[in-house]
Parts: sequence; C-alpha cells; structure tokens
Amino acid sequence: MRLTLPARLMSWATALTLLATFPATAADELVTDFTLDNGMDVVVIEDHRAPVVVHMVWYRAGSADETPGTSGVAHFLEHLLFKATDNLESGELSKVVAENGGTDNAFTSFDYTAYFQRVAADRLSLMMSMEADRMRNIRLTEADILTEREVIIEERNQRTENSPQALFREQAMAAQYLNHRYGVPIIGWRHEMEQLSLEDAMAYYDRFYAPNNAILIVAGDVTPDEVRTLAEEHYGPIPANPDLPERARPEEPLQTAERRLTFRDPRVAQPYVSRTYLAPERDSGAQEEAAALVMLSELLGGGQTSYLNEKLAIEQNKAVYTSAYYGATNLDDTTFGFVIVPSEGISLEEAEQALDDTVAQFIEDGIDSEQLDRIKMQMKASQIYARDNVQSIARRYGSGLTQGLTIEDIQAWPDILQNVTEEQILAAADSVLNIDRSVTGYLLPPRAEPASSEPTSNATEEVSQ
Amino acid sequence: MIRFLLPLALTVLAALPARAEVEIQEVTTPGGITAWLVEEHSIPFTALEIWFAGGASLDQPGKRGAVNLMTATLEEGAGDMDALAFTRAKESLAASFDYDVGDDTLTVSARFLTENRDASVDLLRETLINPRFDDDAVQRVKGQVLSILRSDAKDPNDIAGRAFDEMAFGDHPYGSSLNGTLESVAALTREDLVQAHADTLARDRIYVGAVGDITPEELSTLLDRLLGDLPETGAPLPEDVEPELTGGVTVIPFDTPQSVALFGHAGLDQKNEDFFAAYLLNTILGGGGFESRLMTEVREKRGLTYGVYSFLVDKDYSDLWMGQVQSANNRIGDAIDVIRAEWTRIAEEGVTEEELEAAKKYLTGAYPLRFDGNGRIANIIAGMQIQDMPLDYPATRNDRVNAVTLEQINDVARRYLDADALRFVVVGQPEGLSSTN
Repeated sequence: MRLTLPARLMSWATALTLLATFPATAADELVTDFTLDNGMDVVVIEDHRAPVVVHMVWYRAGSADETPGTSGVAHFLEHLLFKATDNLESGELSKVVAENGGTDNAFTSFDYTAYFQRVAADRLSLMMSMEADRMRNIRLTEADILTEREVIIEERNQRTENSPQALFREQAMAAQYLNHRYGVPIIGWRHEMEQLSLEDAMAYYDRFYAPNNAILIVAGDVTPDEVRTLAEEHYGPIPANPDLPERARPEEPLQTAERRLTFRDPRVAQPYVSRTYLAPERDSGAQEEAAALVMLSELLGGGQTSYLNEKLAIEQNKAVYTSAYYGATNLDDTTFGFVIVPSEGISLEEAEQALDDTVAQFIEDGIDSEQLDRIKMQMKASQIYARDNVQSIARRYGSGLTQGLTIEDIQAWPDILQNVTEEQILAAADSVLNIDRSVTGYLLPPRAEPASSEPTSNATEEVSQ
Repeated sequence: MIRFLLPLALTVLAALPARAEVEIQEVTTPGGITAWLVEEHSIPFTALEIWFAGGASLDQPGKRGAVNLMTATLEEGAGDMDALAFTRAKESLAASFDYDVGDDTLTVSARFLTENRDASVDLLRETLINPRFDDDAVQRVKGQVLSILRSDAKDPNDIAGRAFDEMAFGDHPYGSSLNGTLESVAALTREDLVQAHADTLARDRIYVGAVGDITPEELSTLLDRLLGDLPETGAPLPEDVEPELTGGVTVIPFDTPQSVALFGHAGLDQKNEDFFAAYLLNTILGGGGFESRLMTEVREKRGLTYGVYSFLVDKDYSDLWMGQVQSANNRIGDAIDVIRAEWTRIAEEGVTEEELEAAKKYLTGAYPLRFDGNGRIANIIAGMQIQDMPLDYPATRNDRVNAVTLEQINDVARRYLDADALRFVVVGQPEGLSSTN
C-alpha cells in the first residue's frame, strides 16, 4: 500500500528537490590522505570548531586473521597493548592520557584492530609517541597473561555467556560460515581463550603490528601539514615488516543446503526468528551490488515506514518488531539478514512464514519510488549531519581502509548509493535472497517449561542443516 | 561559535587550566519561554533539546507506565497524520525527532536542516500539541512495551536494578520501573495517555537548549510557535525522598554464569558544597578510567572482572553513591570483598596529593572536550538549566574543581563513604554469598 501525502504536507515533500542541490562530497572536502615512506597510510579529517583531536591507529588485522586454534588472540593482544613497553610502565599510557584530560580505548573486529585517544589538539605529539612505541616495543610477562586472560574471560561472560541472544547469534554465525573465520567469535571460543599463551599473543603481534599494515587517522583541529610532520617524526622511523603476509583467507564453499538451528535457553523471555543469507560485500572498484543491497535493507527493514514494519507490525499485527540489515563493509563475503519478533499468540513458524510471504510480496509489488527517493534524500542529508561528529567520519575511513577499500572507493560511495536503480535492487534481491543459501534460527525457551517458571537448566542447542 | 581558552602549553605534562568558554546566549521569547542558545553557523542544521521536568515520576497512582507509553506514542500519529504519514513527512524533511523519558525528565531531541526548519518545526509541533493516540497505535506500542517488560524480567542487569530501586525508594516513583508492570501497562487506556500528556508537557517546566545555524530572533519565533499552545501547568512535581538503604547483601538467585552486582548508599546533591570534592573522590575511587582504584585492584591486579565502576547518582529528588561489578559466580564474592576493602581504605586513609592532582588534571582537561558537536552541546546546556546552573558555569567550573583541597576531599571521604552502609544486590548463583537482612 502506498500512501499519498495530503495537500498540507506538500511543503515537506518539496524539500526533496531542494536537497538535491547539496554537494555529495560535503564531508569529503575535509579529508586529506598520504602515505609515509615505510608504507603507513595517513588520513587527516579537519574540523576546527573545537580544539580537540581524535588520534587513531588501525591495523589491517582482526580475529579472522588469527591462526586456527587461537581464537580470541587478536582481542587478547589488544588488551595486552595497555601493559608495559620498553618505555612505558603497565597502565602508564592510559594514565598519561587521563592526566592530559583525554580518554582512550581500543576495539577489535573480524577485519581490524584499532586504538584511539581523544585529547586536546596540542597533545597530539605525545599520543603519537606512545602509540608508535607500543607498535613495536611491548614487553609482556607471564603474570600479565594470567591476569588479563581472566579479564577477557569475564568480558566473554558479560557480553556472551550472560546473554542468550548473544549465544544464539554466535551459533548462527558458526552455522553461516563453514570455512571462513567469520564463523568464529571475535572474543574467541571459551575453551581456546583459556589456553591463550604469551607465545600466541607475541606471534600475532610480530606478524601484524607494523607501519606497512597500519593506518593513522587524525580527526579534529589539525592541519595535514602538522600531522605529516608529527607522523614522520614518531611513526616514520619504524621499519616496515618485509614479511607481512598477504590477507588470503579460506573462502566459503558454495552453499547448497538451507541451514536451520534452534537455540533454547531458560533465560529467553521473548522468542524470535533470525534469517541470514551469505551476500557480497563492497569490493574496491565494484560497489554497485552492495549499494543495491543497502537500499534493499532500508526499503524492507529500515524503520517505521519500511515494508516489513508496515505490513507485519502495523497492518497485520503479527510482529512487535522487524528489521532487515546488511553489513556492506567487510573484507570477505558478508550477510544480509532479517529479524522478526512475533506478536503475542504468533508462533515462530507463523512469523517465519509471514516474513517469507511479505518479502515475496515486496518483490512482486516492485519498488516504491517515493520511498526510495526518501531514503536517498535522507542519506544525502546524513552527510551534512555527519560533519557534526568527525569521530564517526574517522571510523568510516578506518573501517573502509582495513576492509579492502581505497580512499577513492570510500569517497565514491555516497554517489553510488544515490545512483542505485530499482532494477539493481530487484536483481540484488533475486541473487541474494535464496533459501538454499540461508541460515534460519529460532530462539526459544526450553521445551515444555511454562514461560513464567524460574529457569533451572542450562542452555541447550541443536544445529541441523 | 565555540571558543576555548586553552593554554599554549608546550611541555606536554603541564597542568591544564582549561576553561570551556562557550558563548551561551539566553533568549526569552515574547510568550515567556526561556532558552539557551549557542550559535554555530558552519554546518547548516540545528540541534534542539526540549526538556520537561517531572518525567515519568508524574505517573498517576495506579497508572505506572502511562507517561512512558504516552511518550513512545507521540510519534505514532498527530493532527491529520497517522503514524506512517507522520514518519514519511519527517523522512522527507531529513529531520530527526527523538522522544525519551526518564525518572526526572521527558526529553525531545530534534535535529533539522536550515532549509527545512519551518516545515520541521510545524511537524514537531503537531506531535507535542496534537498527538492522536489512535487505538491501533496505542495497542501496537503497548505490545512493544510488554515485550520489553517480559525480556527485562529475565535480564540480570535489569533484575538487579529493579530490586535495588525498590529497596531504596519503596513507593516513591523512583522505587519502580518507569516502564510499569505487565499488569499496569495492560490496563492503560487512551484516557490515561491523554492525562499523562496533560500532566507532563506544560510550559512551566520547560528547559530549552539550542545549538546550530539559527539566530536568537529565529529561535524566539520558533519556540513560541512550537511550544506556545501547551498548557501553562501540569501535575505537581514530586517530593524529595531519602533512600532507605541498609548495609548488607541481597542475593537474587538466577541461573546465569556471571553474577551482576549493584551496590550503593546515600549520596549528595550537585548543589551541595561538598559536591566537587565528592566528584573528584569518585573519579579516584571508581570513576570510569582504567586507573581508578577499583579498576586497578579488582581488574588490573586480580582479573576478577571486565569492568568495575562507582558513580554519583544525582536525581532531582534524591541522591545515591553507587557502583557496579560483574564477575563469574565463583569469583563475585572475592570482587565484593575487594570493593568493600577499597571503600574502607579510601574513607579511613583518604587519597594522596598525587591522586588528587591527577584527578584534577583529568577532570579539568576533559571538561572542554565535552563541548564538541551541536547535539552534545545542546544536551549539556539543557541539563545545566534544569540543574539551576548559572550561564557562566562552563567558564568557572574548572576553577571550582581546582579549588578542592586535600583536606576537603579526605574530609568528604570520611563523612560520606561507609563500607558498612553499602547494600549489595547480587543477581546470579554467587558462591559463598547469601542474603543478610
């Protein structure tokens, strides 16, 4: 069903054409990039409104680059980089950042590990000196390993073991990826985390932590010249690693059988269905299909006015929540997914059927051009809003550059999104939404146990395909 | 324009006598609404924060959850638009409106492009003045709230929070979840939402922060159009309440591998003369950095947790000094022992001059860094007004931090921190811990 806007809303509808005049490169004009002699890439994002900088170093190495059997070591090493170096005591880096009024942290994903500090702009040199130091000079002890391993296991407890939804997602990802390490959780499998050693951490560090595998991103009240001078002083002297391995990972085999799993846990109060499909990601120089999938996910499940929400939550009252999502930026094959949380009285089987029927109906109906225009227009406006937060622009560049894209790819992306056609969206849907290449998961409370009773048993799971 | 007076410090470890010199203008509209404005014309949009004091604490007796359900339904249809027509209109303008409610405030956060400003404000106005509360929309949002309530009932963090609040505040609205209960929410009617709307959205309790591409004159006109037709007054604001916590442990059995603990005792108000000393003290004790005493002792030295924090809870009508930690069931007892020991040590022995200096450097250096981004600044200046702070507060706040002496902070530690008064609420299967009374 398409609603036409009542007459008194026409002034809002005309905004659509006005916005088309904004330059698509509004945010990109603030960005400068160059490369140091040792191969370290540098990106500078200028915002002179406040005397603040965010200083980040991203490594092209994440959990999917780990040696099999050492799951969690990329993230473990990220924790260990806050311990001692040749020049800093354990914890000193964070202490110095705090004494300078800054904040610091780090994060690890499948494809990258990144470290950052947010400080007054005149502290940039100090941040670089410490970050450059820990790129080569960490000095770990057995005591560090034993204590910090307990910390990451508590982190796994907090993020995963205490959450049936997280345990369910972990199992669903493992079912989606048979051969690629996206099927192994970033934080690690518990039994492997318990065995992580000093040697495992150092092997990963020696292999991947080098300037020719790193990207420096500085965002805020700085100029490219200042950053170049400081980067050459602090990072320039670090030699490149000539033995840096190529990022060649095992590829997924062609999926030919639909996979299904049911995860039961007494802590589940609200059952739901998840569905994922293996899907192509943004590739350097070829981002069009990914752009079409972004639009498909927005049209189907991007919010209140999306097709799934309108049909399933508003018209049919079969769902309290629906969403469609797509991880466009990824080094290797990614997923396109749906979640449907059924309304009371609707079973997961009925919800799944309703989801499939509604997606099929969406394809049969064809694309709602007005809705597509609204989505494109909001994406264009989001480039203006994005300038209010340079840290998010910095993250966009770091994430793109560590996941196989170039600066040119990242800057071309907004235009590619604007140019997606209805035909491309339907073709992408046809290619990706194939049930033989899917994983369907049910999250449920235990069998035959009244939903209101106190939980008594441990989680059980079944995986079938 | 935002300007900071940072020192030209060339030696990197010099103390940071930084000030946040934000140019805040006070705007009073012809209709009598007061707002604070920071003009920032470099990006063509405005961030607008409209806060209504009272929030979910204005639920009528027996109607717990009404204000929350009403707030969540504001964007589900207004004037002659149903939910979808409203959202489509909002999307066409690339505006965003977020409606949220807490114990003390109902907040409306809006963001709109300069060229769509008038149309965006007209649309936002409809949701505040003429919400429809259509039956189907209310039923749909109710279903979402009930789903959240069912999930919360099996979430260890939420179980701990609800139990702690109930022990501390009993029958006061702070003592129960603003979401309501399965029973109270199921019974809410459209009339209850209309009442909740009349109780909360009133002109005598509005606080406005605006930052962005807008002049004082434009803001003044905008606010009268947006808010001028709201009623003059609503329900009476709540009364102060003293937390009724006693020292001890409450274990709530729940089958999950990691126990979640919340702990706390009485705290102090932001207007209290001891507040800055307490704020510095909390930073040293467990204020969120990796270098706090609790993080050092519980995480860095012993590996007992991923995170442990303490924090000052400054509600409008009560105050607590709280903390939280999560540890595996067989280690939570050890974590709690260490926390109690640190709470006692800092109360009895105080902090060192070095710790005080480091905390001052952190807090004074970090303060100006908060003021980056229109949305963040709008939020800060709305909050300052509801806390009754002066217009020049950002320029003087660091002086107040720096004025705290070692004697003052250690006196505050002695007077406020009391390990024996801490109530720990532990959700999980903690080994070696049992409830005291």
